[in-house]
Amino acid sequence: MTTVAPGAPGAPVTLRRQVELTIDGQAVTVPEGSTILEACRSIGTEVPTLCYLETLTPVNVCRVCVVEVEGSRTLVPACSRPVSGGMEVRTDSERVRTSRRMVLELLASSVDLSTAGGDVDRWIETYGARPERHGPPALSTERDRARAGEHEPVAVGTAATVSQAVKRDNDQYVRDYSKCILCYKCVEACGEEAQDTFAIAVAGRGFDARISTEMDVPLPDSACVYCGNCIAVCPTGALMFVTEHDLRARGEWDEGRQQVTRTVCPYCGVGCNLELHVQDDRIVKVTSPLDHDVTRGNLCVKGRFGFEFAEALDGGSR
Amino acid sequence: MDLRVTEAPASPAEREAVDSVLGPPESGWSGGARTPLDGHVAIGGLSRARDRRRLLLPALHALQDRVGWISSASLGYLCARLDVAPAEVYGVASAYALFRYEPGPPVVVHVCDDVACRAACGGDPTGPIAARFGPAGSALGRVDGRAAVTWQPSPCLGHCEHGSAALVQQAGERGGRATLAPFTADDLGHLVSLLTPERSGAPGAPDGSDGPDPMGGLLDLGSLPVPLALVPQVVAEDVGSAGGPGAPGWTEGPGPRLLRRVGRVDPTSLDAYRAAGGYGPLRRAIELGPTGVIAELKDAKLLGRGGAAFPTGAKWEAVARNPVRPHYFVANADESEPGTFKDRVFLDHDPYALVEALTIAGITTGAEQGFVYVRGEYPLGASRLEHAVGEARAKGFLGSDVMGSGLAFDLEIRRGAGAYIAGEETALFNSIEGRRPEPRNKPPFPVDRGLFDRPTGVNNVETLLAVLEVLRIGGLAYAAVGTSGSTGTRLFCLSGRVTRPGLYEVPMGATLGALLSMAGGVAGGRPLQAVLLGGAAGTFVGPEDLDLPLSFEGAREAGATLGSGVVVVLDDTVDVAGVLERVARFFRDESCGQCVPCRVGTQRQEEVLGRLVAGRPLESVDAELALLTDLDVVMRDASICGLGQTATSLVTSALRRGLVPGVVGNGVTRDKAAAARASGDGEREDGT
Ligand SMILES: Cc1cc2nc3c(=O)[nH]c(=O)nc-3n(C[C@H](O)[C@H](O)[C@H](O)COP(=O)(O)O)c2cc1C
Ligand code: SF4
Ligand code: SF4
Ligand code: SF4
Ligand code: FES
Ligand code: FES
Repeated sequence: MTTVAPGAPGAPVTLRRQVELTIDGQAVTVPEGSTILEACRSIGTEVPTLCYLETLTPVNVCRVCVVEVEGSRTLVPACSRPVSGGMEVRTDSERVRTSRRMVLELLASSVDLSTAGGDVDRWIETYGARPERHGPPALSTERDRARAGEHEPVAVGTAATVSQAVKRDNDQYVRDYSKCILCYKCVEACGEEAQDTFAIAVAGRGFDARISTEMDVPLPDSACVYCGNCIAVCPTGALMFVTEHDLRARGEWDEGRQQVTRTVCPYCGVGCNLELHVQDDRIVKVTSPLDHDVTRGNLCVKGRFGFEFAEALDGGSR
Repeated sequence: MDLRVTEAPASPAEREAVDSVLGPPESGWSGGARTPLDGHVAIGGLSRARDRRRLLLPALHALQDRVGWISSASLGYLCARLDVAPAEVYGVASAYALFRYEPGPPVVVHVCDDVACRAACGGDPTGPIAARFGPAGSALGRVDGRAAVTWQPSPCLGHCEHGSAALVQQAGERGGRATLAPFTADDLGHLVSLLTPERSGAPGAPDGSDGPDPMGGLLDLGSLPVPLALVPQVVAEDVGSAGGPGAPGWTEGPGPRLLRRVGRVDPTSLDAYRAAGGYGPLRRAIELGPTGVIAELKDAKLLGRGGAAFPTGAKWEAVARNPVRPHYFVANADESEPGTFKDRVFLDHDPYALVEALTIAGITTGAEQGFVYVRGEYPLGASRLEHAVGEARAKGFLGSDVMGSGLAFDLEIRRGAGAYIAGEETALFNSIEGRRPEPRNKPPFPVDRGLFDRPTGVNNVETLLAVLEVLRIGGLAYAAVGTSGSTGTRLFCLSGRVTRPGLYEVPMGATLGALLSMAGGVAGGRPLQAVLLGGAAGTFVGPEDLDLPLSFEGAREAGATLGSGVVVVLDDTVDVAGVLERVARFFRDESCGQCVPCRVGTQRQEEVLGRLVAGRPLESVDAELALLTDLDVVMRDASICGLGQTATSLVTSALRRGLVPGVVGNGVTRDKAAAARASGDGEREDGT
């Protein structure tokens, strides 16, 4: 069976009606059904996003992408709201900037964003977020036992965070939920949207909401099949290959020294594309291109983690 | 899906509890004994199992009631029976406050420490309980060598007119819930002493898996006194004499309308209900047909009472006209707004009225299946409603031929499990469907894609009761009551420091002062400090606002909101800071956690308030106020739903009025807060 994503090369050409709108005063024409985000991108207007990913259904929960739409009482998420004719969108008003600044400030004051990437650092700077004004971080170590509807207030003068111990319960990847912004991407990737395994879900509620297996059992006791598709979508590095995690811990992780080689996974007939990230002759991470028609970034355990065997073989033949 | 479930077997009690909801297992795939045929049988069985996901919440209730907690073994059994992944079921269950995940004492007493009781008690109502029985979580009384009772604080239990309340949650063969109101430390002592003393057999297994039902029923919940509804039956003419005819927006009314039967007609007898005029409106609705009923609602200009003031006629019309089938209709009886108890009064004392009104909604909008989502903390209301539904069904008022009309309608009752957010209509749909009670993205709106993604109507209980009144007297006559912008009567829940707390019904537009006079004014004649209007998502108004007309437009003009009709009276002795801290804690606890502005913002609001009240601002009071203003802006503007959008409302309103000690009396900062909040507090709108 071959399915071709709409808009992908080779997709049948369907004529979609065009919709006209204005973005920051500039007239824009995009196909009907496009989101405000797509319209913004079509004219090169940057809209920050955190929980959005091209290959997943938007959950629109992070709210960093909000824009002002004339006639709407509240700001609207650009990542999920479809455009409509005559829409007047403002992406850089004071209102928009305030909300984006606060979203970034709330996240940065409660989550470790140190591996979230350069864009996030740049947005924090651009929007002038000052996470430190919420007070020095209160360090917690345990969040998995929190019960809905109850909590102990943090010490007066400190700011609650999601800090906790790194979960390292298998040889493939670590879960460092101190870095989790609760974007739901891993849950989507593990469930309906890609893997159909449902090993993880959001548990608890409010500030205690968290990604969890059932009753917080270790991954080896859960339904996880180590496809690593959750790692691939995680925007903050909360989910990370053990190799990368350990190299970073030793201060040896250096993307500048890494080469990325595209290859086809040798393990079965599907022919998934692999991107092997190699540092110092060692495969340190495996990804799969998001824009690939079939795999859309997803792999199985063999493609994602089988490189350890490949390496062993390599070593043997050398 | 690769379903992997825990190997540990569920105990007989756990299986029994699950089976009581799902029926006995049919094949090995659904957790029964495996037979060689299962591979074939399973295909049909699995898809049916997936359809049964809507039974997830009832099954979790059954486990909690029977065993007292949800073990990984019972979770595994439930998941196998429903073909839902354990992580997902845990995700759902852990979003509700009334479920537990570790064994504990079989009796848990949830003691209200929320705003209305706090105002009535002049402080934290759990203070005396903690002083006498130890802090929350303390083990009290022993049966079979094990702790039998514990207590914990609870958000508003919807019995605010009594000034104190507790929900008793008991696990075991006689498991269930009961409300006690009023409730004092003495009552807790009495409860502990009621424990059946003869139960002193061998201690049971700690996991509840065998032994002589270690979580066996301890209290005879049925024998506990049923709380009364305080419904001072003041006729509207009295309002006239108190508020003075001619007051802005004033209309003379003929006496209680919605409250007519409450306290006067046996709530357990369909015959009594019919003798008191019941089922006249349904007969009328059948005569009129859907178009006629919708026309009456439009003539009546009826607006929803659930918070958003959406026109009811337009909502019903949109569902009725939607070509997608089937349609559903839901009565929202999740009432969890602190200070609100109006819907409970009707569930407890006029349940047939809700059944009748929902039936009218169903046949008008083309829905054959209705749901009533009843707050989990309303055990009496749920059982009275269940009784009413059973009797109505038996006598042909529900079922395939409603009142001989040839139209079909039936309804199911769903119990909530301790989640304020489940009252938000789309979160409520998710809850019924067995998913996490998280609000959905709107659009699409419920009239297009609601419950099970089908066109769905949803109304508050009070709105539905008003529909009965519209059909009883006619839309135009209904519109003649109240003001031109807000027609009909409105229910107000009076509590706190007021002489006669209770549920009052007045024509829309009656003044706040008139309402307070009906209730005998501030208790003990003390000076009024402020009135908390609308609920935790509402605002404070002051002694200078007694002329405020209680109508949608009147409240809006004053930058206030009627919300769910909450009127908590605070005299000069009430510690407003304590009330605010409780409200901040409430939102922190009740946020679903989906979106950043609300998930982190409610946490930060609690922290800032804590610093201000403690007199320990981080940089300066001004910096803290600027921070609060920023939180207010992002939460209002960028949160997904009404919870986040209104969670700062009360705190900002208190600051604006200078009600916070440490900030109060400081004219400079108060003015700054006022200037920052110049945009005013809006009516709760969640886009319905
Ligand atoms: C956080 C939150 C909680 C809510 N809780 C309730 C509730 O307990 N009961 C209710 O009727 N409406 C509640 N609502 C409003 C509902 O979403 C919905 O607007 C209402 O049920 C529609 O009924 P109406 O048209 O009769 O007002 C809540 C809304 C929000 C945002
Ligand atoms: S590795 Fe795959 S199966 Fe395991 S949690 Fe991540 S997405 Fe789910
Ligand atoms: S672990 Fe990563 S992908 Fe999953 S919710 Fe957290 S930040 Fe998002
Ligand atoms: S505003 Fe709060 S309650 Fe509403 S969706 Fe966002 S986190 Fe959930
Ligand atoms: S990117 Fe739009 S809400 Fe997160
Ligand atoms: S019952 Fe206590 S505040 Fe409502």
